[in-house]
Amino acid sequence: MTTDALRATLRPLPRARPFDLTGLGFTALSGVAALLIVVMVAIIIGDIVWRGWGTVTWEFLWTVPREGMTKGGIFPALYGTALLVVLMTVALIPFGVGAAIYLHEYAKPDSPYTRAVRFAVANLAGVPSIVYGLFGLGFFVNFIGASIDRGLGLDVTWGQPALIWAALTLALLNLPVVIVTTEEALRAVPRDTREASLALGATRWQTIRHVLLPQAMPGVLTGAVLAVSRGAGEVAPILFTGAAYFLPYLPKSPTDQFMELGYHVFVLATQSPDVDATRPLLYGTVLVLLLLTFLLNLTAFLLRARLRAALAGRQ
Amino acid sequence: MPVDTPEIRTAMPPVPSPPAAPPDAPPGAPARPGAAPVAAAGTHLQAREFSLFYGSRQALKKISLEIPPQGVTAIIGPSGCGKSSLLRGFNRMNDLIPTARSEGELLVAGMDVCLPGTDVVELRRRVGMVFQRPNPFPKSIFENVAFGLRMLGLKDRAELEIRVEDSLRRAALWDEVRDRLDRSAMALSGGQQQRLCIARSLAVEPEVLLMDEPASALDPTATARIEELVLELRGRYTIVVVTHNMQQAARISSRTAFLLQGELVEYGDTRQLFTSPREKITEDYITGRFG
Repeated sequence: MTTDALRATLRPLPRARPFDLTGLGFTALSGVAALLIVVMVAIIIGDIVWRGWGTVTWEFLWTVPREGMTKGGIFPALYGTALLVVLMTVALIPFGVGAAIYLHEYAKPDSPYTRAVRFAVANLAGVPSIVYGLFGLGFFVNFIGASIDRGLGLDVTWGQPALIWAALTLALLNLPVVIVTTEEALRAVPRDTREASLALGATRWQTIRHVLLPQAMPGVLTGAVLAVSRGAGEVAPILFTGAAYFLPYLPKSPTDQFMELGYHVFVLATQSPDVDATRPLLYGTVLVLLLLTFLLNLTAFLLRARLRAALAGRQ
Repeated sequence: MPVDTPEIRTAMPPVPSPPAAPPDAPPGAPARPGAAPVAAAGTHLQAREFSLFYGSRQALKKISLEIPPQGVTAIIGPSGCGKSSLLRGFNRMNDLIPTARSEGELLVAGMDVCLPGTDVVELRRRVGMVFQRPNPFPKSIFENVAFGLRMLGLKDRAELEIRVEDSLRRAALWDEVRDRLDRSAMALSGGQQQRLCIARSLAVEPEVLLMDEPASALDPTATARIEELVLELRGRYTIVVVTHNMQQAARISSRTAFLLQGELVEYGDTRQLFTSPREKITEDYITGRFG
């Protein structure tokens, strides 16, 4: 039978449906789902800003908690958080970037060792943060710290929860973030550029140092700032490794304990002797923590945009 | 347009070799390649029964050819015939492909560069390469040209400036960029970027320039300028150009090699190869019957 004859047996196609109820239903559903997220974020942020705004004053930021944390400010927690993330970054960036460079530039992609490292990185990212906290306590505090004390013949100095162990635990937690972002940034450098450098007689290390890393910098910085932003808010990893409920003094050495914003929020919310008196302080502290995280994320975004523009020659 | 500036060049000390340079220079090789023209006789580049494999696929089959110093040698052939692979053998860029493996010898100034002990970094300084797509670094024009020099350890600003200017003049780009050396190289046109890449290669005083389809990503005007430049440079450097453009090969080269499916079909004087090829299949290719 010819095509024409076959076609003659067909009825004409139905008209396109002018009104599609199912389609409309799904559009509405997905719209509501999207709206729900916006509404929830708006409620959370709105509530915190509304109730916390009045509390966050210059004085609030620069004074210490008083009267069983029903008065005063959050300066020790801010200070402790800043120290914590600075120490964490110092430990994190060299290791994270180093590991990413090894994985991307030196490792044979299919060797068992490389597979093992990748497997470890992927699983590190999935470990619950409280487990990091326990690991930090067991490994850094009770093993490394206690060993240092024993080796140097000291009283308990290093072998107790401290700023340095909390920072290292947080660094470990954020290692996968930095490794993955750095590796992605290295992968994004065009092969042409890498070959150009090698073809000019640059060594492998010179190529990494002067061509690949500068181009990967936006990615590295983004990863670092994201890690800091996450580190500033994580409570579980520092719970057993160095964060203090309340301290009358500021930490002066890496072996001191410290107060931290996220933990301070937890303390204010659950441990206050006078819940009503503490509530404004709680809202204020949460607002500061949110603003800090938001600012850091914004910094990451702007840094990336600026560096990308500079690399593209748009300066 | 001035491409050579002897009064500037005599003021410059030679580019230092990296410390890892092999102490035993091969006999007949000039003490300082690139500064003085290479002796015009003999063989500069040579392949001896050179085969290249990517995994189990053989890309080049026992290629043997000799390329004398200076002048332009073209390698032509259809896509996938192995012409880029051969070119990239001379500066060991095939090393970057994990599955690549070679047999036979590739000689640069009498030394087999395929040997495991070869100082690849020094080899790549002596044997420069220009790629198919212009690939400047996302740095300033100045820093692009100065890159190779800085990697050799040159720091003196005045010397760098002289060398950068000299290289840009040789690449016929100086007049277009002299007043914006600190601007990003990415803002240049494609043709200018390619001449910048040539200047960048020339800055480290190579003796050989390998060009992998250097004009295939450019418009006809920019292509013509690159071809002019190649003709200007041929008196000083041994230039090997891979091209799929047969008119281009005919215009700029004095010798042409025709590769087909990894085999060297014919190699000889360009005019003779294009007017009276020895092989029937060469004739078929250059007259456009396939490819």
